[in-house]
Amino acid sequence: MADEPEQKQSVGGGEQEEEEEEEEQEQPEEAEEEEDEDEASEGSVDSAEGSPPMTLAARRALRAMKSLGGSVDPDDDSPNMIVYRKIEDIVMFIQDEEEGVPIRTVKSFMTKIPSVVTGTDIVQWLMKNLDIEDPAEAIHAGGLIASQGYFFPISDHVLSLKDDGTFYRFQAPYFWPSNCWEPENTDYAIYLCKRTMQNKTRLELADYEAENLARLQRAFARKWEFIFMQAEAQVKIDRKKDKTERKILDSQERAFWDVHRPVPGCVNTTEMDIRKCRRMKNPHRVKKSVYGLAEEPTQVQSPVHGPVHNARKGTKEDLEKEIGFLRHQLDRHCMKMSKVAESLISYTEQYMEYDPFLTSPEPSNPWTSDDCTFWDLETSKEPSQQRVKKWGFSLEEALKDPAGQELFLKFLESEFSSENLRFWLAVQDLKQRPLLEVAERTQEIWAEFLAEGAPSTINLDSHSYERTGHNLKDPGRYSYEDAQDHIYKLMKSDSYTRFLRSNAYQDLLITRKKPEAEQGRRTSLEKFTRSVGKSLTGKRLTGLMQSS
Amino acid sequence: MCDQTFMAITFGPCDSCSKASPLMNIYIKSDPINYCSFCMEMMACQALQSGESLATLKSESDSLKKKLEEERAKLHDVELNQVAEKVELVSALSIRTRRVLKGHGNKVLCMDWCKDKRRLVSSSQDGKVIVWDGYTLNKEHAVTMPCTWVMACAYAPSGCAVACGGLDNKCSVYPLSLDKNENLAAKKKSVAMHTNYLSGCSFTNSDMQLLTSSGDGTCALWDVESGQLLQSFHGHTADVLSLNLAPSETGNTFVSGGCDKKANVWDMRSGQNVQSFETHDSDINCVKYYPTGDAFASASDDGTCRLYDLRADREVAVYQKDSIIFGASSVDFSLSGRLLFAGYNDYTINVWDVLKGNRISILFGHENRVSCVKVSPDGTSFASASWDTSLRIWA
Repeated sequence: MADEPEQKQSVGGGEQEEEEEEEEQEQPEEAEEEEDEDEASEGSVDSAEGSPPMTLAARRALRAMKSLGGSVDPDDDSPNMIVYRKIEDIVMFIQDEEEGVPIRTVKSFMTKIPSVVTGTDIVQWLMKNLDIEDPAEAIHAGGLIASQGYFFPISDHVLSLKDDGTFYRFQAPYFWPSNCWEPENTDYAIYLCKRTMQNKTRLELADYEAENLARLQRAFARKWEFIFMQAEAQVKIDRKKDKTERKILDSQERAFWDVHRPVPGCVNTTEMDIRKCRRMKNPHRVKKSVYGLAEEPTQVQSPVHGPVHNARKGTKEDLEKEIGFLRHQLDRHCMKMSKVAESLISYTEQYMEYDPFLTSPEPSNPWTSDDCTFWDLETSKEPSQQRVKKWGFSLEEALKDPAGQELFLKFLESEFSSENLRFWLAVQDLKQRPLLEVAERTQEIWAEFLAEGAPSTINLDSHSYERTGHNLKDPGRYSYEDAQDHIYKLMKSDSYTRFLRSNAYQDLLITRKKPEAEQGRRTSLEKFTRSVGKSLTGKRLTGLMQSS
Repeated sequence: MCDQTFMAITFGPCDSCSKASPLMNIYIKSDPINYCSFCMEMMACQALQSGESLATLKSESDSLKKKLEEERAKLHDVELNQVAEKVELVSALSIRTRRVLKGHGNKVLCMDWCKDKRRLVSSSQDGKVIVWDGYTLNKEHAVTMPCTWVMACAYAPSGCAVACGGLDNKCSVYPLSLDKNENLAAKKKSVAMHTNYLSGCSFTNSDMQLLTSSGDGTCALWDVESGQLLQSFHGHTADVLSLNLAPSETGNTFVSGGCDKKANVWDMRSGQNVQSFETHDSDINCVKYYPTGDAFASASDDGTCRLYDLRADREVAVYQKDSIIFGASSVDFSLSGRLLFAGYNDYTINVWDVLKGNRISILFGHENRVSCVKVSPDGTSFASASWDTSLRIWA
């Protein structure tokens, strides 16, 4: 953030000027010398001198303002960077002297553990500042920030967060993922090698690291002398540093490698979505060497960083197209938000009982109960009352269900207007045919439904009829769109409403309270008494009629 | 002394209007141009004009955008969540993992349900495409694609074929044979050809048409049988990452979302872009229609999911939280449209109340990014695919 004075980060990191690209590769020890922290203020972050510390929301607002002003590096637009910036806002705020977690030096036996904070403190802080209610969620979120490499447990290679007294330390900005690190195996070899050179228990290699080192020794057999020398040089540089600073830096360096060469079985958070890789616009920004090794001349350009992929620049034609589009949008008749909301709400209310996540399906959800009865019932030819009820919601629902479609067709046959539905179905089928069959099928439909003297003439208005005839000069899948639309509207407004009032539909709605299989003796008794009652009533009526 | 002579045509037919007149001899990029003075002036004016008109067009476009925003804002008389206050709260959901499908060797990138509500197809970074019976966990078919990163797969409506593609820039259809011993790869049919990776594919209402989206910035509709391109859709200015067909039986539209932060609605018949929405701050990874087709949701790398209504022609809800830092990769609606299931790059799935806008629950379980979330055709469950190489079915 160019406007603010540089912020002092935790020991071991260089000042991170986010706006500028770091062309030179800062050696860890160079960055080191710029620090002059004393133990008490280790890990504290000063915001702008004199001004109060910013809240998380304020930082985000400032960042948003800057992006509007166009002062942000275009690379910040890439999906990874967006996440890194958000995490960095959090990480900087969490280290704030007043609003952050208590980072301190802990005395333990004969040694001091510098610049640490407990897991519980981090979890509590996240809950408070990220508005999280459930500690499990905070642990998960914190664990992700750790696995990205922004803070780490001081005694473990596995980057996660625990809600207890485990100690964590914050990563130096120099090692932050937003610097586009892609460290090479040669650097990793140097790192492992130098650790074996120093006689410190805390630097001993873990099993997987020892295996990695062995593999690297085989792979780099020819240049091992070079690697060894580099490692020695690094050891010499490290020896010059203050003991406390070395502890901190060593841990930060280890955490860096835990991100880029994770413990087997742990998630490698540096893996990228290949669809987004092409947009890392600036391959030069990628940092490949931690220890300042010169770029090898034989280095192949990373396959992931292709040529700059620019969005097509706006040409005159593009703008004209856009203007045409915008004018068209202005002409569009839109619905008021209140009406839209009512429509969304009423649909949801109507379908809530059909939504298995909101209303448990009868008899049970097959996935939770391991009982497939529900599926058998849904596909059966004898639909449940609930299914039948749904046909009354819209013509579309009725047609979607094969049983509903069948019933509607039968009803139309009784009214001698089944050709409408048959036409609609034929056109639906036409649209699903392979291209080669389309021309033939359009002719068949014409012959069946539209030609003069056709066996199933549909009632089309003259305008649609003309349009359709015209379309057929160049027959295609959409030749009958207008006609189909017209017929659908006709069925919807006319036949469908009568269908819903018809005996055929109403009977199904009433009697099918439970599927046949589950009818108990009581219901059968009901049916019996009803039928007996009916026959008795019938006898009484005829008796009356006879007597009058 | 000058001993070189140049042949200069000082009088003759003009290169532009062919009239014989005194010519002005100039060179443009070392090519001689012999125009009469009138045509020379015309050329100069036109160059000026095109420069000018580009600027005027830009300002016209900007003022139209502003006017459009004002017009739309007039109709924005209330917020969705305000109207939804009268709606009952969703009672606590007890969604858990009911099945874990293990078998892929690498990141699972995409999955799709079969219409029979229990089978599904999934594709992975290692080139494998597997067809499962989700209910019994049986692997019924497996195909190895010749390319890695199979980013898209789809089940045919008949249940008899699957389509898939990815870094090969193609979409291929494999018929599913009942004979387990048959080599599926042999019957493969190459249908779609793009000039960049295939990001999404979907059958229309039949096995015969395939709709695809690609990193080349276009979508396309193909006839499966012949492989012919039926319609192409141009308008995105960057990779298209996702597409979804409108649910209506009579509708002929679909929505697409891409790296240009735009979600576009298209008419399949004409190839025209009929509506466009641009409110996200980063790539749109997934778009999904609301069950009625009147609205759709989007998931983006900016960590938010949003609801856009087509009738209001506007964004009507944003689903976000301070604690959600990582991008959303995928969304889908429950059957009634009340719940929105969203998969994120932070390994979780969040369940949102579409109407009220709040998060109902957060589901843990996956150990790496969630790449795809889809509700089953009858709404009884939803499946999630993840970079942790597994798929989970939740209910």
